[in-house]
Amino acid sequence: MSEKMILLDHGSGGLASQELISEVFIKHLDNPILNSLEDSAILENPGGRLAFTTDSYVVDPIFFPGGDIGKLAVHGTINDLAMRGARPHALSLGLILEEGLLFDELERVIISIAEACREAGVYVVTGDTKVVPKGKGDKIFINTSGIGFVEEGVDISSKYAKEGDVVILSGTMGDHGITIMTRRAGIALQGDLKSDTMPLHRMVAALLKGLPGDIHTLRDPTRGGVASTLNEIAENSGLSIEIDNEALPVRPQVNAACELLGLEPLYLANEGKCLVIVSGNKADEALRIMHGTPEGKEAVVIGKLVAGKAGRVVIRTPVGGARVVTPLHGMPLPRIC
Amino acid sequence: MKHLDEYRDSSLALPLVEELKKAVTKPLTVMEVCGSHTMAIFRNGLRSILPDGMKLVSGPGCPVCVTSASHMDAFIAMADIPGVHVTIFGDLFRVPGSNGSLAEASSRGAKVDIVYSPMDALEIAKNNPQELIVFLGVGFETTTPGIAATILAAKNQKVDNFCVFSTQKTMPAPMAALLDDPSLKIDGLLCPGHVSTIIGAKAWEPMARKYNLACVVGGFETADLLKALVLLARQVGRGDIKVENVYPRAVSREPNARAARMVDEIFEPADMDWRGLGPIPQSGLKIRETYRDFDAEVRLDITLPDSKEPKGCLCGEILKGKKIPNECPLFDKRCTPATPIGPCMVSSEGTCAAYHKYGRDI
Repeated sequence: MSEKMILLDHGSGGLASQELISEVFIKHLDNPILNSLEDSAILENPGGRLAFTTDSYVVDPIFFPGGDIGKLAVHGTINDLAMRGARPHALSLGLILEEGLLFDELERVIISIAEACREAGVYVVTGDTKVVPKGKGDKIFINTSGIGFVEEGVDISSKYAKEGDVVILSGTMGDHGITIMTRRAGIALQGDLKSDTMPLHRMVAALLKGLPGDIHTLRDPTRGGVASTLNEIAENSGLSIEIDNEALPVRPQVNAACELLGLEPLYLANEGKCLVIVSGNKADEALRIMHGTPEGKEAVVIGKLVAGKAGRVVIRTPVGGARVVTPLHGMPLPRIC
Repeated sequence: MKHLDEYRDSSLALPLVEELKKAVTKPLTVMEVCGSHTMAIFRNGLRSILPDGMKLVSGPGCPVCVTSASHMDAFIAMADIPGVHVTIFGDLFRVPGSNGSLAEASSRGAKVDIVYSPMDALEIAKNNPQELIVFLGVGFETTTPGIAATILAAKNQKVDNFCVFSTQKTMPAPMAALLDDPSLKIDGLLCPGHVSTIIGAKAWEPMARKYNLACVVGGFETADLLKALVLLARQVGRGDIKVENVYPRAVSREPNARAARMVDEIFEPADMDWRGLGPIPQSGLKIRETYRDFDAEVRLDITLPDSKEPKGCLCGEILKGKKIPNECPLFDKRCTPATPIGPCMVSSEGTCAAYHKYGRDI
């Protein structure tokens, strides 16, 4: 018997759609709001401000070491909420499936989404599925939107970074980006390259609780990497940022793969890392808090905010040299030699 | 990668910064031939600590940058032929031709795939027997042996829908063409580390003798680069001109005989057109008659168009080390990595890309 596949019928709204909803989505994502299968979800509002964000996920391959497109779609949206200091609460899940996708692969992705939600304490409360003809998509595209609650007094923005603030990076750079690039290229490298995809909201909550008012900016350096995100922080705060080259954390296997492909870890995507801009005199305390969480156990100070040209990011190199770090232009492409 | 860390160690590099200051006893201009050197020098912030009197200019060692406008246009036209599936190294994807780039051709529906090795292109050929897979050979000695090995593999495995458009170039022929220009004042060459692993350090000896040019083959880490610059300054200061190799962990004096044999089996020397430098005799490699079935120019009967360099673009002068990117009226204005006009802004090893990325005032 051939393996069961997604057909155009599964997106038709008819019986096949019903089957997909009950046998896959409700089965795994099970919660009272979703299970009601109404046209929209009604959420209780605890009062105060809401954070709302959306992101789409088209990663190829859909399964990779350290995660898959489903985990990424949950973690990415949770992290976008967390970067404004919000407590993630509910997600929407929009799926665009390519005809011919294996039913088992879809179920694996949905199980992964369910696990990621359970682990993070959020719910998929509404969703939609469309199926496009073979060749018009690439297996599975996911959109997740997320709603989170923002506690009173919490106000996080890249424009609040101040002169004298310290830049902390929650862990190593480039793990996700290089894993995807090498997988896509079919390059088998020694050492275990794997995506760093993980939710950061608990580490953020610990920081906001421990250092109220001293966490000025939180940003997750996804596409464009740490370099591009630092540029945005410098631009939005009207300050310069100085980075210590030797402090930048990179796993040896990521460095090795980057050298082979002519890429810089500073420009590679991360899916479970966060830049924290904290008052200069509270940096040690912030590090202590982060080191106490699984997400931030490798956190290090990488630089500081200084007066100077707005939007300028400078790296100090070990030999006393300096260079400017610009944002990423276009996608990172491997070199010739 | 462990063996590299010691060359990055600041305790090793810092004394070399002091040595370099002492070594520069008279003004000198050094050309770093290789694009990877240009990038490594910038990345390590070495330009900001060069002693007074020492000037670095970038040379023609970025393979994408020296690809002529005619070749670029031929590549793009070829990608538009139905049934042709072009495979390239990533650097080439965004390089503009007279009429768009391969990236734009791809968005129009042409089949263009980025590969990491010519062997990947051969795999694509095996999996798509209905298409003609053309690998665009754009590179120096470092990439030629891999392409030769792939053609041999294609022949042995009887894959008949794979061919190569060779614009492979060789060193040091273009350096001689450059140095014959009396307006170019160069005292020393930082010779390319990767290329020299194939051609051997002794390939630079005629250059050192004929042009009285200090030559040092260097690696790519902080200490490698500083050590090479120290030796170049000393040679020029003392008038003791020769070829030195401070990258012996990768480069020998003799060429890599095995690579040379394989390349010679497939390729023969040919005149080659270089962006900025024009045609240079015997500075490229074409596929031998015996292997004509693997030669895209023969199979697709390609005639090179007579294309012009983009108007106002100074890539040619920049490749020769005569101008620096900031002197180009387009640099950082109309020409940026997002909207490149010349190839030097696209390639990760291009001089303009390096200046754009790293070369701003601190």
